[in-house]
Amino acid sequence: MKIHEFQAKEILARYGVRVPRGKVARAPEEAAAAAKELGGEVVVKAQVHAGGRGKAGGVKKAGSPAEAGKIAGGLLGKPLVTHQSGPRGQMVRALLVEETLPVARELYLGMVIDRETARVTIIASGEGGMEIEELARTRPEKILKAPVHPVSGFMPSQGRRLAFEMGLGKEQAEKFTAFLSGMYRAFVELDASLVEINPLVLTQAGEVVALDAKLNFDDNALFRHPEVEALRDVEQEDPAEVEAGKHELSYVRLDGNIGCMVNGAGLAMATMDIIKLFGGEPANFLDVGGRTDAARVKKAFQIILSDPNVRAILVNIFGGIVKCDVIAQGVVDAVSEMGLKVPLVVRLQGTRVDIGQEILKKSKLDIIPAETMREAAEAVVAASRR
Amino acid sequence: MSILVGKETRVLIQGLGSAGKFHTGTMLEYGTRVVAAVSPGKGGTAWEKVPLFDSVHQAVRATGADASCIFVPAPGAADAVLEAFEAGVRVIVCITEGIPTLDMLKVKNVLAGSSAVLIGPNCPGIITPGECKIGIMPAAIHKPGRIGVLSRSGTLTYEAVDQLTRLGLGQSTCIGLGGDPIKGLDFIEGLSLFEKDPGTNGVVLIGEIGGAAEEAAAEYARKNMTKPVVAFIAGRTAPPGRRMGHAGAIIAGGKGTAAEKVAALKACGVRVAESPADIGQQMVEALKAR
Repeated sequence: MKIHEFQAKEILARYGVRVPRGKVARAPEEAAAAAKELGGEVVVKAQVHAGGRGKAGGVKKAGSPAEAGKIAGGLLGKPLVTHQSGPRGQMVRALLVEETLPVARELYLGMVIDRETARVTIIASGEGGMEIEELARTRPEKILKAPVHPVSGFMPSQGRRLAFEMGLGKEQAEKFTAFLSGMYRAFVELDASLVEINPLVLTQAGEVVALDAKLNFDDNALFRHPEVEALRDVEQEDPAEVEAGKHELSYVRLDGNIGCMVNGAGLAMATMDIIKLFGGEPANFLDVGGRTDAARVKKAFQIILSDPNVRAILVNIFGGIVKCDVIAQGVVDAVSEMGLKVPLVVRLQGTRVDIGQEILKKSKLDIIPAETMREAAEAVVAASRR
Repeated sequence: MSILVGKETRVLIQGLGSAGKFHTGTMLEYGTRVVAAVSPGKGGTAWEKVPLFDSVHQAVRATGADASCIFVPAPGAADAVLEAFEAGVRVIVCITEGIPTLDMLKVKNVLAGSSAVLIGPNCPGIITPGECKIGIMPAAIHKPGRIGVLSRSGTLTYEAVDQLTRLGLGQSTCIGLGGDPIKGLDFIEGLSLFEKDPGTNGVVLIGEIGGAAEEAAAEYARKNMTKPVVAFIAGRTAPPGRRMGHAGAIIAGGKGTAAEKVAALKACGVRVAESPADIGQQMVEALKAR
C-alpha cells in the first residue's frame, strides 16, 4: 500500500527522522497561510501516489505567500500526469507546503527487503539528484548496500561505514546514522516494504534532512496496523482495482480488448502470454483466487465488463481448491443476469470438471467451450476480431 | 523413487479449520499417512480417526511424524512453521498465503543452516504420485513416473502436470515452491535433489517474473545438471512495475523480466517453452533428444 509524501514524513518524524517544516494545504488560501507561517519562501508539492512529480510540474517554488496561493490554485483539483501516473493522471487534492532549505549536497537513501538474502537492506548513494536506476545500470559501484541482520537490527557501524564511503564528515556521519536508525525502526515496526528518501540532503547548516520521502507497506501485514490502513487514499487507486480488492479479487487493468478471468496468478499471467502469442491483447489481469464462490465470479464479470474496451472474454480455470462446478454456476448466473453481449470462451479443468461442464451445457447459453489452453486462446482471439 | 516425501512419510497437520479439514480429507483419500493433527486444547481427542494433539512437540513424540502440512491462517503461520521446526519436523509444507514478509524473513533466518526443509509458504504443496500427497493439488491429474516438477506458481503447475500426464509422462515428485518473495526450498535445492534422485529422468521448471531465482537456477543447471531441464516463464506480457497478485511477481528496477530469464535459461542449455501449452511437449522432445 502506498501513502502520500506528507503522511510518510509525519510517520518518519515520529521515529526521529529529520524532515523539513511543512504544512498540508487543501485550498489556495491554506497554502498562502502555510507559506506565511513558514517564512514566505516555500516549496509547494502536489500530493499524488506517483513519482516523477517534479518533471511533471507538480513541485514548484514560491517566493511569497501570494505566489504559493496562486501555484496551489493551479494544482488543486486537477489531475497531475507523470511518467508513472498513467495517461489519465492522478487527482491532486492536497499539497505539502514546505520551508526551503539551503542544500549543500544531495544523497540517495533507500530501504527494501532483499529476497535473495532475506534481509532488510539499506541502499545508499553519494550521487544524489541522479536517476537512481540509471546510476545502478551505468555506475553500479556508486551504489552502496548494507544488509541488516534481523537478530542485531541496524548497527551504528553500518551507518558510519556508509556515511564515510559517501564522503561525509564525522559529525554528519553521526547524524546520518541516527537518521538510518529511526528509518529502520519505522520499517520493521510498521511492516514497510519500501522506504525511499530521494533526495536526502545535507544542509549548509550541517543537518541531514529527508527532502522527499516515499513509504510503502506490506499489504499482508496491514491487519496488524490499523493506523497505517487508515492512511489509504482510494482516490489515488484505479476504481476497478479498488472494487476488485474489496471482493478479494486481484485485478490489474491493461490496454487490450480480451477480458481474462483465471484462478492463480501464475496461470493468469500465462493466459495473458498465450493470448498475446496468438496475436491478441489482454484487457486485464484477473485472479479470482482460491476461495471463489458464485457471487465472486459474478463480481469478476462485472469488473471485466466495466472496461469498455473488452470485445471478448476468456475464463480459464484449473480447479485445485477452486471447484469447476462453482465457477460454472457463477458464470451461468452472471451471464443470464447481465445478458452478456461479447463472446465468451470457457475452459475448465481439474476438480469437478465434469459437473462444471454439465452445468454449462444445460444452461444453453452461448458459450464457446475449450478443452485445452491452446484451444481457448485461439478461440478467444478469433472471437475478439469478429 | 522420489524426493523428500514418499510412502514412509508420516504427516501431521497444523491448522484444522474448514480448509485444513477438507484438504486433509483429500490427503487421507489419496493414501497419505496422516498420523496426527495439532489443535491446541483438543489434545487426546480425534478427527476422522486422526489423533489430535495440543502441540507439535507432543504430536511428534507420540507419532514419529516427520513432515507437517500447515493451514494455519496468516497471522499465526510463521509461529506454526517455527513450532514444527523446533519439534524437529524434517519437511515443513506451508500452504498459507498472505503471511507478512517480515515474518517470513525471521523464519528464513532461523531455519538457515539447518537440515529442515521448508516448502512454501503460499504454495500448493508437494506430491509424490501414488505415494504421498501433502497439500491442495488436485490428485487426479498426477501419475507416477520419472519427471520432477518445480514451480513458483500453483495452478500453472497443475497445467504443466496435466500436460505431462496426457502425454504419458508420469511424475517422480512435484513441488510448488510458492509465490512469496521470501520462501523455503528454491529452484537450486530442488534441482540438486532431482539430479541425485535415480527415479527422476528430467525436470520441469516453472518460473515467473520478479527476483533472480530463474537466472540462478539456469547457471546451476549449466554446471550441475546431467538430466534435461525444461522451463516456462510466466509474465512475458506483464507490464513492468505492475503488481500481479503475487508479491513474487514484481519487477524491480528492470531486473527479473521474462525476457532476461528466458535468455539466461537458453544460454545455459535449458529448453524454454514459448507457450504455456507446450511445456509437456518440450519435455517429450528433450527426452527424445538424449
